[in-house]
Amino acid sequence: MNIHEYQAKELLRAEGVPIPPGEVATSAEQAEAIAKKIGGMVVVKAQVHTGGRGKAGGVKLAKTPAEAKEVAKKILGMQINGLTVHQVLVTSAADIASEAYVGIILDRASKKPVFMVSPAGGIDIEEVAAKTPEKILKLPIDTRYGLQPYQASELGFFLFPDDVKKVRAASKIMTQLYSAFMKHDASLAEINPLVVTPAGEVLALDAKFSVDDNALDRHPDLVKLRDETAEEPSEVDARNSNLTFIKLDGNVGCVVNGAGLAMATMDLVKYYGGEPANFLDIGGSSNPEKVVNALRIITGDPSVKVILFNIFGGITRTDDVANGIVTATKANPLEIPIVIRLTGTNEEIAMKILQENGFSASSDMDEAVKKAVDLATKGGKAA
Amino acid sequence: MSIFIDRNTTVVVQGITGRDGSFHTKQMIEYGTRIVGGVTPGKGGQKFEGTVPVFNTVHDAVKATNANTSVIYVPPMYAADAIMEAADAGIRFIVAITEGVPVNDMTRVHPFVKEKGARLLGPNCPGLITPGQSKVGIIPGRICMPGNIGVVSRSGTLTYEVVYQLTRAGMGQSTCVGIGGDPINGTNFIDCLEAFEKDPQTKAVAMMGEIGGTDEQEAAEFVRTRMKKPVVGFIAGQTAPPGRRMGHAGAIISGSAGTAAEKLEAFEKAGMGIARRPIEFVEQLRARM
Repeated sequence: MNIHEYQAKELLRAEGVPIPPGEVATSAEQAEAIAKKIGGMVVVKAQVHTGGRGKAGGVKLAKTPAEAKEVAKKILGMQINGLTVHQVLVTSAADIASEAYVGIILDRASKKPVFMVSPAGGIDIEEVAAKTPEKILKLPIDTRYGLQPYQASELGFFLFPDDVKKVRAASKIMTQLYSAFMKHDASLAEINPLVVTPAGEVLALDAKFSVDDNALDRHPDLVKLRDETAEEPSEVDARNSNLTFIKLDGNVGCVVNGAGLAMATMDLVKYYGGEPANFLDIGGSSNPEKVVNALRIITGDPSVKVILFNIFGGITRTDDVANGIVTATKANPLEIPIVIRLTGTNEEIAMKILQENGFSASSDMDEAVKKAVDLATKGGKAA
Repeated sequence: MSIFIDRNTTVVVQGITGRDGSFHTKQMIEYGTRIVGGVTPGKGGQKFEGTVPVFNTVHDAVKATNANTSVIYVPPMYAADAIMEAADAGIRFIVAITEGVPVNDMTRVHPFVKEKGARLLGPNCPGLITPGQSKVGIIPGRICMPGNIGVVSRSGTLTYEVVYQLTRAGMGQSTCVGIGGDPINGTNFIDCLEAFEKDPQTKAVAMMGEIGGTDEQEAAEFVRTRMKKPVVGFIAGQTAPPGRRMGHAGAIISGSAGTAAEKLEAFEKAGMGIARRPIEFVEQLRARM
């Protein structure tokens, strides 16, 4: 789960990370009032879950509260990478002498959180990694012991090789960032840029924070930070129905059990010349309710021309899925064709249920996918 | 022969009285797996289904039964603790089925399990099966048949799909292993490939990877430099959009690392067969055996 910059900054501020004062606004008037309260030059920043805000015109300086109001008016409602801006952060503008990058990510290879720091901050760290890898220090942390003071100092010296005072300030921030990362079960925590002001102060100007979805159950406080207006509505609906769903651009709506098989099904749709409309995993336990929700979400997308079920019953009982299909289509008759492939646990019962209700089903994956793609490209009407 | 488990494997089930644990314990017993005990704190002294003794701790279970393997069905927030308990009790092979384990928990578990000298499979995996002998986990037994193909996969239902296609084509399996879809897991592709290479029963390997990370690329390098047996690979997620989590937490493409194209290229370089569709495993394996 991604959270907004202003929320990330609040989490870091709570650990003691020095961050210029700022508040979030949902209207231009509010932005003006905040700018007045902060005083001096401010930055107005769009709060959306995407990079490239600056390039898109979503980050602007304002010298006066009146200017902050004007700028906020332009940014609020703006579209950045397809996402509408509903909130702006109004924060004090800092003078910058130099910029650095500090981040922690979960690393698959070392099976540990890894600190990544670079004196080349303010820009895309992946670009730095590709072009000048020597400018990045990576340091894996054993979470049983946590970040040790000598490690924090090593990271600090990499950023400021000849200024002990700045090293001390930076090391303290490393410790605070690590503490926030662990406390909130993050999968990513980033300060970019970490700046030094002309007066020698070390400050966090921007922050990014992702929480491990698997850990949300033990963080009810963080779940509250979720901004559903920043997400695709159908994906929010799916999550609330305990389905894993990602909307794509094609017209073959896919309902599959298991993430790997769901991806393989999408790939097979493409192989036969079609385009998947979504990734949807109904998961292992098969309660008919899930199928009903899945059908509602998929048919809500007007570009979907055909629905493809691909179910391999292991823990999932295929008769439960069949019952779900029957229940859902009785309540809301389908206007587009449906192609069903199911095999595995209780397959015979499932086939019987489907046949009695006027559906045909296949037990072969390739056959079903091919048929679905044919129907989608013909724009077929009847099932 | 086979890898990791056979008819002599003795298994203790952690979470045996839970919904998933009890259901799959019955299935495992039916398949012939030697389930020697179960663990549910507070239910020690009871008998599961009138036959399997239940213990309060894994230590108690190991002391009484000499189990060498454990399978874990406890809820996600308790899974890390259950894995550590098993390793501490002297279990040699720990199979964690639980899905949704917080990733930070696993960063503590790994070094601990390693120090105890145990092998971990999972979490978020379907377990493994040696057809005709033993199954530990949730892979449906009736889609498998004994034979000489080793199967290793990051997915659950996709594994079933491929195994089902192999069985239908008359190609039996030595052992089928699901290593799980989490970004930080135990046994990886290379561990399985190494074991299959050493296993006299296995003649060829079917490997199913997916987008995200570099495990498949490293596995391909292992195939190129260290394996004589033929390996056929598949990558799920060729049509996945970058940056999105496709169900499995590990399946995120970050930057250039982890795309299907990169992985398939690595397979090709390693001289592996490539299955573009699950069904193609049959012909690709046949052509190489």
